[in-house]
Amino acid sequence: MSYNFSSGEELLIICEKEKKTIWEVMLLREVNMQRTSREEVIAKMMMSLDVMISSIETGANNSEKSISGLIGGEAKILEEYRQSGKALSGDMVMKSVINSMAVLEVNASMGKIVASPTAGSCGILPGSLVTIGIEKNMSTDEIVRGLFTASAIGYLFSKNATVSGAEGGCQAETGTAAAMAAAGLVEMMGGNPEQALSAASFTIKNVLGLVCDPIAGLVECPCQKRNALASANALISADMALAGIKTIIPFDEVVDAMYRVGKLISPTLRETALGGLAVTKTGRKITSIIYG
Amino acid sequence: MANYSIFDIVGPIMIGPSSSHTAGASRIGFIASKLIRSKIENVNFYLHGSFAKTYRGHGTDKAVLAGVLGIKEDDERLRDAFNIADKMGVTYSFEEIDLGDVHPNTVKIVVELENKATVEVVGSSIGGGAIEIIEINNIKLSITGENPTLIAKHGSLKGLIAGFANVLNQNDYDIKYMSFYEGTSSSDGIIVVELDRFVTSEILDLIANSIDGIKDVFLI
Repeated sequence: MSYNFSSGEELLIICEKEKKTIWEVMLLREVNMQRTSREEVIAKMMMSLDVMISSIETGANNSEKSISGLIGGEAKILEEYRQSGKALSGDMVMKSVINSMAVLEVNASMGKIVASPTAGSCGILPGSLVTIGIEKNMSTDEIVRGLFTASAIGYLFSKNATVSGAEGGCQAETGTAAAMAAAGLVEMMGGNPEQALSAASFTIKNVLGLVCDPIAGLVECPCQKRNALASANALISADMALAGIKTIIPFDEVVDAMYRVGKLISPTLRETALGGLAVTKTGRKITSIIYG
Repeated sequence: MANYSIFDIVGPIMIGPSSSHTAGASRIGFIASKLIRSKIENVNFYLHGSFAKTYRGHGTDKAVLAGVLGIKEDDERLRDAFNIADKMGVTYSFEEIDLGDVHPNTVKIVVELENKATVEVVGSSIGGGAIEIIEINNIKLSITGENPTLIAKHGSLKGLIAGFANVLNQNDYDIKYMSFYEGTSSSDGIIVVELDRFVTSEILDLIANSIDGIKDVFLI
């Protein structure tokens, strides 16, 4: 049994037939494909988890500006606000948002992060999946399993659509990361594979058409805030699925819809900094200041 | 990538901000570093396309320089590349260039060594941290660096395949791909051999010394 799959539908069939969760199927697929052992794969993912946790901690204490000076210190400010008790959003959402933004600050100042699936969306898995895992006092083993679930979802997006902003816009990068996180969170919280795919579907439905319009072409603004949004999206999507709400459009069709919508997005809005926020009056001004 | 690994999706661990403009750039530089055996005096970087337009904001300059100095994509010293180069007495420059019909994220690296030799590498960062080396010392080729790879300069194709196959098979290495690239004449070129795992330095020496026609061999 190779445990390989090329669609959400096939994944669900394997899970049902073998009585396994998504994380376990993905782990077994890796072991077979790379001819390695479960222990080695788990150990390797632990390394990424360590980097994710470090990046949260480094960013949370950061007051330094990014290379361009556009962002830096937002996570700290937001944490102070959260502690004031005045936040409108729930505490879990606030913590996820803060941690996502923290990781983006680390990324933007040439710090160490885990591309998951890309550097532009590096804040989402740490911000939502890892943060909730820690908040719920889960073991690193349990969190790593969530990351395996997440990678199964990310694999399907990479294979059947795209995870590149240049090809599919921000929906493809932060949208995919949110889908990955949502599915991971569902399994971490005891949900079943079908619920995991529902959660992933909800995240994408929420952000179809989201463009990639980075100011000055840098992974800073609005990327940092979009990572925050994606983390919140992952949480609410996971909640909807865990509550028992089922996706009306099957996961594979949602992935395909995202891919097709991405192709219809103008190239000016696909990581070229030629549209959207990048070409607003202020966006242009910032660009000329940074590049002289 | 037909068969994605978990770690293609959650990974790589890298220095930000960009998989293509930072991590990919550093990987190109790192491969160039593996082709260098003597002390580096100066490096000129010629950046094309999107690399040229955004290199300062993405730290592409620090990344590719760090790579040439042997610093890996996940090493936090990457952001200190300029200071490290200065301390090593390595001079460097960055220029914009039009390299024609190549990927928008392409850089030409010209390394000047203390023995007056130069090493020229042209590489593209094709997305998600993946790279492709498209030229070494004016010989066009294609190397992704995904597998442990032997790059050998040869003076003659005669007996080359058999030579490599013998040494590698006898020592239990599996050859995944073997490619041949012509230089300016058929009596000079590059052979690229991708393996299932890294060879030891003893095997590398064996390849260099025992296979006729091999002028030099590198492992990346």
